[in-house]
This record gives sequence, structure tokens and C-alpha cells, in this order.
Amino acid sequence: MSSAPKLAPDLQNFIKTWKDKPGNLIMVLHRVQQEYKYIPREVALYLSKELNVPLAKIYGVVTFYHFFKLKKPGRHNIQVCIGTACYLKGGGDLLLELENLLGVGVGGVTSDGLFSIEGVRCVGCCGLAPVAVVDGEVFGKLKKDKLPEIIAKFKDK
Amino acid sequence: MTKVTVADLQKIAREQSGVKSAYQKVVLVCGGTGCESSKSDLIYQNLQQGVRDSGLAQNVQVIKTGCFGFCEKGPIVKVQPDESFYVEVRPEDAREIVAEHLVKGQEVARLLYDKNKKPGAKADDIDFYKKQVRVVLRNCGLIDPENIQEYIARDGYRALAKVLFEMQPEQVIEELKKSGLRGRGGAGFPTWRKWDFSKAVSSAQKYIVCNADEGDPGAYMDRSTLEGDPHSVLEAMTIAGRTIGANRGFIYIRAEYPLAIHRLEIALRQSRELGLLGENILGSGFAFDIELRLGAGAFVCGEETALLASIEGSRGMPKPRPPFPAVKGLWGKPTVINNVETYANIAAIILKGGEWFAGMGTATSKGTKVFALTGKVKNSGLIEVPMGTTLREIIFDIGGGISSGKKFKAAQSGGPSGGVIAEEFLDTPIDYENLAKIGSIMGSGGLIVMDEDDCMVDVAKFYLEFTVDESCGKCSPCRIGGKQILGLLEKITKGQGALEDIEKIKKIGKAMQRASLCALGGTAANPALSTLKYFEQEYLEHINAKKCRAGKCKDLLAFSIIAEKCKGCGLCLRKCPASAITGEKLKPHVIDEKKCIKCGACIASCKFGAIVKK
Amino acid sequence: MAKQINLKINGIPVTAEQGTTILDAARQAGVKIPTLCYHPDLTSWAACGICIVKAENSPKTFRACATPVEENMSIITHDAEIVEIRKTVLELILSNHPNDCLQCPRSGNCELQTVAAEFGLRESPYKKVLRGLPADHSSPSIVLNPEKCILCGRCAHVCQEMQNVWALEFIGRGHKVRIAPAADVSLNDSPCIKCGQCSAHCPVGAIYENDETGKVWAALGDQEKYPVVQIAPAVRVAVGEAFGYKSGELLTGKLYAALRRLGFKAVFDTNFTADLTIMEEGSEFVKLCKEEPDKLPLVTSCCPAWVDYLEKYYPDLIPHFSTAKSPQAMLGALAKTYYAEKNKIEPKNIFMVSIMPCTAKKYEIARSAEMHASGQQDIDVSLTTRELVRMIKAAGIDFNNLPDDQADSALGEYTGAGTIFGVTGGVMEAALRTGYHLLTGEELGSVEFQEVRGLDGVKEAAVDIKGTQVKVAVAHGVANVQYVLDKVKAAKAAGQPSPYHFIEVMACRGGCVSGGGQPYGATDEIRKLRTAGIYQDDKLAAKRCSHLNPEIARVYRDFLGKPLSEKAHHLLHTHYTARPLYNR
Repeated sequence: MSSAPKLAPDLQNFIKTWKDKPGNLIMVLHRVQQEYKYIPREVALYLSKELNVPLAKIYGVVTFYHFFKLKKPGRHNIQVCIGTACYLKGGGDLLLELENLLGVGVGGVTSDGLFSIEGVRCVGCCGLAPVAVVDGEVFGKLKKDKLPEIIAKFKDK
Repeated sequence: MTKVTVADLQKIAREQSGVKSAYQKVVLVCGGTGCESSKSDLIYQNLQQGVRDSGLAQNVQVIKTGCFGFCEKGPIVKVQPDESFYVEVRPEDAREIVAEHLVKGQEVARLLYDKNKKPGAKADDIDFYKKQVRVVLRNCGLIDPENIQEYIARDGYRALAKVLFEMQPEQVIEELKKSGLRGRGGAGFPTWRKWDFSKAVSSAQKYIVCNADEGDPGAYMDRSTLEGDPHSVLEAMTIAGRTIGANRGFIYIRAEYPLAIHRLEIALRQSRELGLLGENILGSGFAFDIELRLGAGAFVCGEETALLASIEGSRGMPKPRPPFPAVKGLWGKPTVINNVETYANIAAIILKGGEWFAGMGTATSKGTKVFALTGKVKNSGLIEVPMGTTLREIIFDIGGGISSGKKFKAAQSGGPSGGVIAEEFLDTPIDYENLAKIGSIMGSGGLIVMDEDDCMVDVAKFYLEFTVDESCGKCSPCRIGGKQILGLLEKITKGQGALEDIEKIKKIGKAMQRASLCALGGTAANPALSTLKYFEQEYLEHINAKKCRAGKCKDLLAFSIIAEKCKGCGLCLRKCPASAITGEKLKPHVIDEKKCIKCGACIASCKFGAIVKK
Repeated sequence: MAKQINLKINGIPVTAEQGTTILDAARQAGVKIPTLCYHPDLTSWAACGICIVKAENSPKTFRACATPVEENMSIITHDAEIVEIRKTVLELILSNHPNDCLQCPRSGNCELQTVAAEFGLRESPYKKVLRGLPADHSSPSIVLNPEKCILCGRCAHVCQEMQNVWALEFIGRGHKVRIAPAADVSLNDSPCIKCGQCSAHCPVGAIYENDETGKVWAALGDQEKYPVVQIAPAVRVAVGEAFGYKSGELLTGKLYAALRRLGFKAVFDTNFTADLTIMEEGSEFVKLCKEEPDKLPLVTSCCPAWVDYLEKYYPDLIPHFSTAKSPQAMLGALAKTYYAEKNKIEPKNIFMVSIMPCTAKKYEIARSAEMHASGQQDIDVSLTTRELVRMIKAAGIDFNNLPDDQADSALGEYTGAGTIFGVTGGVMEAALRTGYHLLTGEELGSVEFQEVRGLDGVKEAAVDIKGTQVKVAVAHGVANVQYVLDKVKAAKAAGQPSPYHFIEVMACRGGCVSGGGQPYGATDEIRKLRTAGIYQDDKLAAKRCSHLNPEIARVYRDFLGKPLSEKAHHLLHTHYTARPLYNR
């Protein structure tokens, strides 16, 4: 069994504040993912004890909601919107092209750990379709041939 | 700040109006997600800087507002009182706007939407806005959503004051009943009845929940409302709390909406500071407070029992109803759940009266409806129109017609739970009942326009992919039925369909409609069933002739080179990733269909229009 | 009295209590609505969609299992449309389910198979979509085969609601949902306590007992081996269900005969060691009462699922756990020592099989070093009642026409106190009967303690033993334990005396009569019938207190010395260790 993880004090405080609030689990998981970019197993175990929630329930919740990840994503997570507007305007092709360029499938991480690709639901910029989001930066009205440029830009970051 | 009274509210409103009128010009910069992702924040900063540098700080106010709705042309900057409507503004344009418009008083014509704008013309006169009526979006694009004073100056919290001091809960419900307001989230259940049910249950603890888990792909009405006018929702929830006797509220909002969350957090803080939330609101003795709870990427959580499960920290799996949440909801207590748009109507109804609201719309559907108009339409964006407006008015008058210049084929309303509206219904007044008759639903208001390039089988497949992915997996009709229909649609788009597949889709679809536990499953087959209803011919073409008339289904396409047009330049040959093109230099080339992977690289590369897909 | 609701089902007027579901109200009207995911032990989950009904003149459909009746409802349960939809839903479910019924452990008693047969399905119109998920064979007790799972949710809900174990949960979503432990650990590495209630509630072959009949057949055919067998108390009142007897029918004699016909050279009765357990545990209790009352309460330990639960969830209470082994384990140890010595058989040649109502017993036989007290593994194979039924049928034994037989002496005779170990409250009652004697030296007038009987999840009583109040608590269904143990812990934390002196826990609702290895279909109705069978056995017994069992007296005189002697400690006691919830 893995030993108890050392959590950042901020995170610990957050968990303490939420500990006794009913329905806290999802809010706490959001905060954990903000810290680690995914939900590490040992943190889930820690939460199980701290919040007095069975680990199975935590995993049930984590695997139910697409937002939560059990695997660490790349340093830069490229999110391609595949909402209806973006899909109609070629969001699917952007995903395929990214897979080609990076050599990993959706949900995978490049071997250097730099990039991961994710298809996401409508990010609410339908006027800019098709859209990709990298580290919070939105790229709208995106064309396939712009992708290498975007990858290069984040490679050095 | 200290807690305010009703008199203080009036004072704040007066002072705020005074502040406003002290400025000669107000520059409104759209701060919605769409425009912000096109760097409108930088435009805002540049404008502020410019105003300061030009010594205009006393005369010109620059504020960041919520969404103007005209997202196609974003980022939007509007200068009042000049009615100057600048579109597609870039950060570097700020300098020119300051120098020319704000300093010299000359509009920057090249940035105006209407390049030939006549003096005195109003921004609302442009086609996109002319037919719109703004109730829900009354403050979006007008006020700074991060400043509660601006909301108060626009009659904000006056409805709450009225409910607290001048009305009995029964009167609030009576007013809602008169208004005819129905839930804007999907099925259109009368709002007053929900409130009345909860009010009737005696319980020490009740809850008010706002469903802001807007999940339809292509819909962002609620996000824009929360980003542009968060207090309208907080005020309405407080009114609901007072009416049914609840003192706690939750807003369940998608984590994918960081800006809306941020603005809500600010709004909550400001409301608490003024005592508009918390203990003893406006000195009435009534206590109410609201917390945010984040969704985590599950479309099904828009279903109310699933949403409640999610707030409780569990998997968002729907439960059978009855018991209805109004009677037994969050943590087993009576709970009123309405969506953002429904709440955003409440304060206006309280202030202007139910009859005013009922004056808009059709016999059964009152008021206005916000739509997110997207797809193959020229002016995509967020619009609000009276119920009963026709699709033709929305797409052609407001939306400016089809962006590609091609022919309109259909519009999808209600997102993945809805269906297609075919051309023959372009003139049907849109309301709950008419859409249901056509085989679609109002849904939350996504409206996606499709043209001849869109394949109806492919569209159905897209939506089924979505619902299969978003099905919670609990009940078998939805979990398995959706997957089976998707499989059949895939078969058809690959040219492997059989006639009996159509019957199978209909049969499974019926079972899903009748036997699914929640609305997601009950409506998941709609895109397939409605495209079958109106575009069965396209299905038959895929099945019998192995043709996709839209050219969307790659497996049914054949690429070929028109010999007469081909100059033999060899560009396509070099671009082809599958080495499927052969030919001698300067002689017509040919495509080997067996090798062709139908990627379209050749068509994109050909300068002579010699390559076609059929 | 609850409010009465009047409604119509298929036009038949029905009056039902408020809160009754449409499903139950229909039963009153003689209408059977098909179900799959529904189980009366559990809150309706309303997942499968098979029980849909519609309201007359309304477009709405309801799930009969989860919808309470309303005044003036008029429900249609069967018409062309509803039947057709149900059929489509069932065809969809079957499109997700393998067709290898002939090789399935549930063949012949599968609820899906039954419903499919009732619907008369003859075709598979939809594409078979299987997921290729591997079966989990890691647990000694149960096998989880997600490929067969129809996601009715019963197992997970039993594990969570009834047992509060949370070994199983819905993982993933949509068509990727499956039932599994957290973090994809194997069942054996999960908090699973092996109670097997998941397997007893599974409608199909997705969770079932780890079948070990092969090992027993091999031993029975092995000339070198000396196969012996023991049967647990609860088996005798449930085994008949598989042969057309009604639940609760007492079939001890036929069982002995069937086991002999299978080829066992000696047939023992676990009831005998149940009596022995009472002697050891009772003595332990009396000793604590007299010498170290601050170490009370004493908690029973004959249920291995409960033992596993306590070691994982309440390790701090281990000092309160009775060290006495379970009756099964005691019999194993005595068979390979006492019986072997007496009959001059090489212990290593004895092949000890136990027939248990329980899947956790498969785990118990190797749970610690003390399970090798005889120098061998004391029990070689533990079979569930369900496995025994299959063996009897496979051997061509006409169970119904068997003559009654006797158990073998030395480890076969039992009292009424031994037999009531099979029901909740039984161990407590047996202990009180003998405890009274041990504390006072006198015999009880009436030996029945009604206050510890019945299906209430927690039963508390204060028993007067000649002026001394003995406070006892009985819990069954692990989720009910928390209430009792939290009270103990709170008292401990406050430095107050324990609210109880003696606590009995059985992991399964109703006790072993509805253990995880019993014939399928246990509901409270059936639990009550089986329980009645056990109490009948008690009533019929010549002796009703463990200390009055002459063979017990003999084993102490000839072999063990006295209760809690050194030899008894070596053979009949064990110890406990804190275990992690997750092994990795």
C-alpha cells in the first residue's frame, strides 16, 4: 500500500474547509485535479479516509465524470471542441490531424510527456468554430495547417 | 459595505445613474467567453489605457459587459450614445477608436458593422437585432456584470424588494401563473406549478437549485446570461426561496464555464456585502444564501434527479420520478429546480406583471426564448425572440441566411434530444407544442442550421455518438439501444446498410422513448427518428444506391479527375498520401479508387477544379 | 393504519396501502409484471426497463417496481404496445449478453433466461455487442464475470446498502459501465469480505461462487484419501428448495444419506462443533465477566465474513473478539486429530469437506496459520449449498426418495443450541442458555430468548441472570453493525462501561439461512420459512443446551481436557490481525 501523500498546505486547507459539508466529494476532486492535473491513486485513498467516503465511491464518481482524469495528461493538454458547431465545421478533422502530428490517440500522452489530446464538448465559442484550447488559450476558426505552428509554440513553453 | 434597505437600493440606483450621465461617452466592450477568447480583454485594457492617456478619463467610461450575442462578428465594441457598433475589433484597433472616435468624435467607419451607417441610426436597427426582444438578455451587453451597482441601477433587486415587502408568496405564484412562464430547460413544465408543489410541502428545510449545467453541444444561452447578468439569477433564486420557504440555494454550473463561475463568485460576494443574500435580507427578516457547485462533464446532469445526485457528490444517475424533486429532492427535501433562463425571466415578470409577459408569445408558450444560432448561418450568435417567431425569421432575417450560399436543408433544435426541422416547417411559429408536433423539442435553445453539404444520416450519427457517450449507463433501453442505433447508422454511412436497418432503428427508438428512465434516454433517438421522418430518402440513397448526396460519408465517395480539366501539373500526385494518383506530366492523371483513402488532399491542392468527389 | 389507495390494474379494482408499488399492487390483482433488476431486499433501482407499465389515457410510462400507487390510477400492465416494447428492451439486453447458456453456472436458474423464455424470444435481431471483459478469479470465494453482467446493480447495492462494504461500484459510464472494485484492483485485493451476497442476488451468471466441486470429485475417487464431510446448520433447511421441497423443510437425515451415497466415509455435523464453540466462547465470556469485566463486550467470531470485516474496518476492536474458531474450523481440527486418533487414520489422508451456506467459509479455511492446527490444512474444501446440490444431481442421487440416515458418532451429535447457529440471534441464544449454567450452575427453565430472534437489523436485550443484567446486542446485515459498534466506541472514548456485554454479528441478513452460498431467491419471506425450520429443529432436539451434549462432554473428557485448556487453545482458537482495505 502506498504511503500517505504529502499534500500542499492550500489543498489540505481546502479539504478541511469542505470536510463536513454534505456533497463535498466533487468539489474536492476538482481542487485535487487542479493541483495534480489528474486524480492520483494515493490522493484518492487519502480523501477516502479524510472525507470518510469509500474509495469505490470516489472511483465511481471519478470515472463517471469526463472532466476527471486517472492518468496524468501531457504538460500541454490540447482540447479540440467537438460540439455540434465545431463538428460541422471540421473539429473532427482537427482531432485526426493532431493525432497524426503528435503520434498519439485521443486520451494519450506523447512519449516526451509534453502533449496530450482531448476531444471536449462545446466550449461555448460556437461563433469561432472550429475551436481548440491549449492551456486555456483559445484558437478559433482553426485550420488544419495552423496546427504545427501551435504545437511548436507550446513545445518550447 | 453595510447592509442595505429598500431606500438604500433606490439611492444606489440614483447615484449610479448620476455616475453614468456624468460621462459623455460609454464604451461597451464585450466580455463574453467568445469575444474574450478573441482577446477582447486586451481590447478593453488598451481602450482604458488610451482613454487615460488622452486625458478622457473624466468624460469616457469603458466597461466590460456580457455577451452582445453577435458572436459571429466578435469581438464587439459599442460606443454610446453614438450607437456605434464596431465588429471584429482587434486589440490594436483600440488606439484608432480612441484617437478618432473618442477624441475627435469621428466614428471609425472601417470597423462599423454598417459601413454606410447613417447619422441617427441605432445599433438595434441592424438586421441581427431588429426582430429581437430582450427580456432574459435585458442587461447583457449593457451593464458591467462585475458591478452590482449597475444591476441595481437597471431595476435590479427591486423585484426582490417587492416580493419581500409587498407580496404574499401566493401572489408571486399567481403572478407566475398569469405569466404562463414554462421551464426553459427542456420539457416546458409550468414554473408556477413547480413552485406551488414545493410550497405546499411542509418541511423545515427546502432548497432552490439553479440548473446551469448547459450541456447541449452548440448551446450557450445560460453561460452568456450568467456571464452578462449574474444578479438576475441570484435575485430570482432568492425570490423563489421566499416564495416556497427555502433558505438555501445551489447553482450547479459546468466546470467548463470558468468565466461564468468567476462572475458568479463576484456577484455572490457583492450581494452578500450589501445584505441582498444572507441573514435578514433588506431588513425583511428573510434569510437566504446561495452556493456554487461545479459539474464535471456529464450531460446527463442536466436531468434534474441526476443533477441533484451530482450536488450530493454522487454519480449523476437519474432516479425514477415520482417522487418529484419539488416534493423530495436534494437530500430528500423539497427542491425547486429551474434553469438559468427560466430564473432570468422572474424579476421582469414580478416588476412588469404576469400579463405583460403573457402578452408575448403564442397561446401556450409565453414570453421570449433565447436561441444559440449556429451552424451554416451567416450571423451566428445568441438571439432572443418572442415565442412564435418562425424559423424563417430567425435564420434568414436575423441570421442573414445560409453562410455558404447553399440551400437550407434543415435546422436542429433541442440539441441531441431534439430533432430536425425540415424546410417545409420554416414558417411554423416556434413554440413548445409546434416543435413537439414536428418531432423535435424546444430543449434549452440550441439551433443549428444545416445546408446541402450536411448529410442527415451523418448528423443523426453525430448526435447518437454524443448521447451514447453521455448516457449514464444505468438503464438498458438507453445504454444498449443508443449504442445499437449508432451501430446501425454507422453501417448505413459506410454503405453497408440494409433496408431492415431502418425498421430496427424505428423499433429501438420507440422502445427508448417509452422505456427509458430519464429524458436523455427518452429523447436520445429523436435525431435518428426525425431525420428518418423527413429525410428517409437520404437514408434510402445510402442503403440502395450507396450514395451520400452531401458528400459527407467518405466511404460512399469516389474521387475522380475530370480529364478535360486536368493539366497534368502533378501537384495532386505529390500531395496524395496514399500514392493513389498516377499520370504522366502534362497529361490527365487518374485516381486509383482502390488505393484512395478519400482524404480530400487532392481536391484541396488542385488549382483547376479538375478533381471531383461524388 | 396506513392510508388505503384505490386504483385499477387492467380494469381490476385494487385497494393497496399508501406507498405500495404498482408492481406489488398488481400482484394483489393477480397480475404478474416481469422484472429483472428489481429485488425486494433492495431499494428499487429502476434500471432494466422491463417492468414498464402505462397509465390509461396518458402518454406516460412508469416503472412498476419504483412507482407508488396513486388514488384513481388506472394502470395497463399488458397490451400490444407495452409487450412489444418490453420485448425490444429484452432483445437489447440479450444483445449485450453472451449466448453460452449451456455452459453457464446459472443455466437452469437464471432470471434472464427465465424472462426470455416467458417472452418466447426466438431471434436475435440486434448485433451482438460484447466487451471482452476478463473474469476475475482472484477471490477464493466468488468469481466476477463482467461479460455476463446486465448491470442490474443488485450486487453493488447489496455490497453498499446491506453490507456497507463498498467492494463493488459502478465504474465508468454509458455503454462502458461495469461493476468492479475501485482502481481496478482484483476482488481479492479489494475490501470484499466474501459474504457472497452479491452472488446470491445476481440474476445471471455474472457473480457466482468459486466452484470447487472438481476437487471434491477427485478426492472421492482417490483410493488413498479418506473423505469426510460436515454440514452446517443452515444447509438442512434450504437444500430442499433445489429438490422441490418448500423452504424451511428440515432435511437433515436425507442430507446425511446423500453425502454417504456420494462416497464420504464419515458424515459429521457442524452443529456438534457449534455446541463446542458455545463451550469455548461461553467460557471465555464467563471468564471475562468474572475476572476482567472492563474487557467486555465480547464479540462473536463464527462468521468469517464478519471476521474479515472487523479486521478491515474495526481493527481497534480486535481485543474484544472471541478467539474461539468457528464451528466449521473446530470440526476440521478435531477431524484430523481427535477423530483420526480414535479411528487410527493418518490425518494426512483425511480429506475434510465442509458443506456451508456461505462463500466466505471458502476463505476461512486458509485465512490464518491456525487453520492448520492439525498439522495439515484442517479443512480441504468448503462447498456451498449450491455446489452440493449440483453434486447430488450429478451423482444421480434421487434425493427426494432417500431414507433418513444418521451422522457419525464422535463429531455428529448436536443440541438445539447448536442448530440455531444458523439464524441471526442463534449464537447469542445458545450462548445465553449455556452461559446461564456456567454463571449460576443451574439450568434454565425456558430456554427460548424471543428478544434476540427475528429480522430486525439490530436487536438489543438485557437478560437477567439471577440478578445480573447481561446486556446483549445482535446485528445482521453488516450495515447494521455500525450502530452497535459506534455505541461501544463512544462509550470507550468517554471512559464509560460498554453499553453491551455480548455482541453477536452475522454478515448476512437473517443469518446463515440466507448466506451467500444458499439456493437462489432468498427474500424475507423465504428467510422466515428457513428460520422456522431451524427453530423447529431446536424444538425437536432431545437436548437444547450445548453443555448437555453428551458427545461434547466426551470430547473434553477424552481429548481436550476442559474449555480453554491449552489443547483447546491450540486446536480451537485463533487470533486476528488488522488488514488493509486495499492490498495494493
